[in-house]
Amino acid sequence: MLLPDLVKLTSSSFLSYRMRSFLTGLGIAIGITAVILLTSIGEGLHQFVLAEFSQFGTNIITVQPGKTQTQGGNVGILGSVRALSLDDADALRRLPYIEHVNVSVAGNAEVKANGRMRRTMVLGEGREFAGAFTMKVQSGTFWPDEDNEQARALVVLGAKVSQELYPGQNPLGSYLRVGGQRFRVIGVMEPKGQILGMDLDDTVFIPAARAMELFNRPGLMELQASYRTSVSADVVIRAIKESLIARHGREDFTVISQEQALDVLSSVLDVLTFAVGALGGISLLVGAVGILTIMTMAVTERTAEIGLLRALGAQQRQVMTLFLGEAMLLSALGGLAGLGLGVGIAQGLHLLFPALPVHTPWLFAVLAELTAIGIGLASGVAPAIRAARLDPVEALRTE
Amino acid sequence: MIALSQVSRSFTVGDQEVSALRGIDLDIAAGDYVSIMGPSGSGKSTLLNLIGLLDRPSSGTYKLDGGDVTALDDVQQARVRSEKIGFVFQSFHLVPRLTAAMNIELPMILAGIPPEERKERVAKLIENYGLKDRADHRPDQLSGGQRQRVAIARATSMNPAVLLADEPTGNLDQTTGREVMALLEQLVEQKVTLILVTHDPMLGGRAHRQIQMVDGAIISDNGKKT
Ligand SMILES: Nc1ncnc2c1ncn2[C@@H]1O[C@H](COP(=O)(O)OP(=O)(O)OP(=O)(O)O)[C@@H](O)[C@H]1O
Ligand SMILES: [Mg+2]
Repeated sequence: MLLPDLVKLTSSSFLSYRMRSFLTGLGIAIGITAVILLTSIGEGLHQFVLAEFSQFGTNIITVQPGKTQTQGGNVGILGSVRALSLDDADALRRLPYIEHVNVSVAGNAEVKANGRMRRTMVLGEGREFAGAFTMKVQSGTFWPDEDNEQARALVVLGAKVSQELYPGQNPLGSYLRVGGQRFRVIGVMEPKGQILGMDLDDTVFIPAARAMELFNRPGLMELQASYRTSVSADVVIRAIKESLIARHGREDFTVISQEQALDVLSSVLDVLTFAVGALGGISLLVGAVGILTIMTMAVTERTAEIGLLRALGAQQRQVMTLFLGEAMLLSALGGLAGLGLGVGIAQGLHLLFPALPVHTPWLFAVLAELTAIGIGLASGVAPAIRAARLDPVEALRTE
Repeated sequence: MIALSQVSRSFTVGDQEVSALRGIDLDIAAGDYVSIMGPSGSGKSTLLNLIGLLDRPSSGTYKLDGGDVTALDDVQQARVRSEKIGFVFQSFHLVPRLTAAMNIELPMILAGIPPEERKERVAKLIENYGLKDRADHRPDQLSGGQRQRVAIARATSMNPAVLLADEPTGNLDQTTGREVMALLEQLVEQKVTLILVTHDPMLGGRAHRQIQMVDGAIISDNGKKT
């Protein structure tokens, strides 16, 4: 029997029992839809988070004051969590492999200029902020080399702040009040958008030393060091720890590498995607039972036809192939419908809620379809074997 | 061509042994036209199924074209059925979802004959059996006579040497039955061996050789061709 004929014969029975085939295929379709939809959303989230995190590059190590993993005991008793200082940053700059070290202090303040007022985020940063985070200045510059207590009162505006306070004007060179202090505008950033809930466009950037003063903080909130991608994060982390322990006398800080954070996040999301996929798998199982039932019925109903096929010269194997083909056709079409539905609904959701990222990996779609066909095959085997083993004379006598 | 010797077939029903055929000796020459008659339950269909390799004898041997076919496995028997044997049934046995043309094509599809050749042969058969304007109809859109014509066209599509017809006119009225018989007898003229099971002595009488069966045994056989 030639393949096109097999397809023609199996699809003939598919077409003559349209409603029944539809309902049976529906079981598989729903299963595949669930799997595809849920994994599309899972993957979309995964990629979204990854992209958010790696916008600044993944070769960044963050140092924060205080040790989060201290076992027992209260560090506060000795009152000796030493703040991270600008000198600490300088020490890190001298380490090998380190490219940029940025310092930051964050807060909120009222920003006034031009008779307008706005409450925005204020980020106190080091001069290497733009370099370390691959952010670009649209006009003007970031402040020059002066990460020290004497840092001048300079400010770089986020795109939105610039637009709101200086609509249609060039803010460069003008003065602006941040929390009551006067700052001179020396640059405007390129629009960057929201990142992990922070709107970097609705932000003003001032030197870290000035921010510490403004917010009355003893030290930095965070140090970020970017390192050459040719070395592993572990090597750099070790160097940073050694240097800071030497300076502070003990490990009263926390080092987090972007890479580690991403790894943990990835594995959590992977488990989530898998769990959600398994849930869809259960509906596929239901679909499989549906196919088994329908194929068993088909063999019973078409017993006489099976006898006839044998009389016309069909081998047992051919009879089996025909029924297996039918089961596979059912599940393959169900699977395709499910793929279409799943991707369709996922995209539809994305249109309705643009914030919800979706992504269907190709490999996943192919795997889902192969699974569907595999399910058809598996649930068709028993009925097909039964059909093939029927005694032709007996079969012909059934009406 | 067909040689049965001491062929028996028994069925086990519950704990009872039912003998459908007892020690049948039968030789049928190529191109012969044989009718098998006898009361219901006398084993006519069982004999026909044995000859058509749909069933195996409980004992005895069956030689087809000189070779012993009782020992063949499923694949080999299927090939013999495909190449040498055609069946026509009382109840037509057409596949309801397929058109008349597709039904006729079925044995050739199973045998893996290339589509171009199939198309040609189907067209010719449809023409020969007067089904031209019915080719695309499904069986439930055909009359009984038309259905049996489709069945005969199908049975002959692989040019079998032997045609086995089990009461082919049983479900037809007299006129249509006669038409169908005419078609079958035409095949005899084309050197096909026709074995016809019938209840109708009028029809059976037309065969060159008439066999009477009772209780699984042949009680009369008028032997050679006339
Ligand atoms: N599968 C079977 N199981 C049990 N007994 C069977 C089976 N097939 C046939 N028989 C018995 O074998 C005998 C012959 O049956 P067969 O069908 O050959 O008769 P027949 O001559 O064709 O009858 P009819 O003219 O009614 O078609 C009958 O007694 C029948 O009951
Ligand atoms: Mg019978």
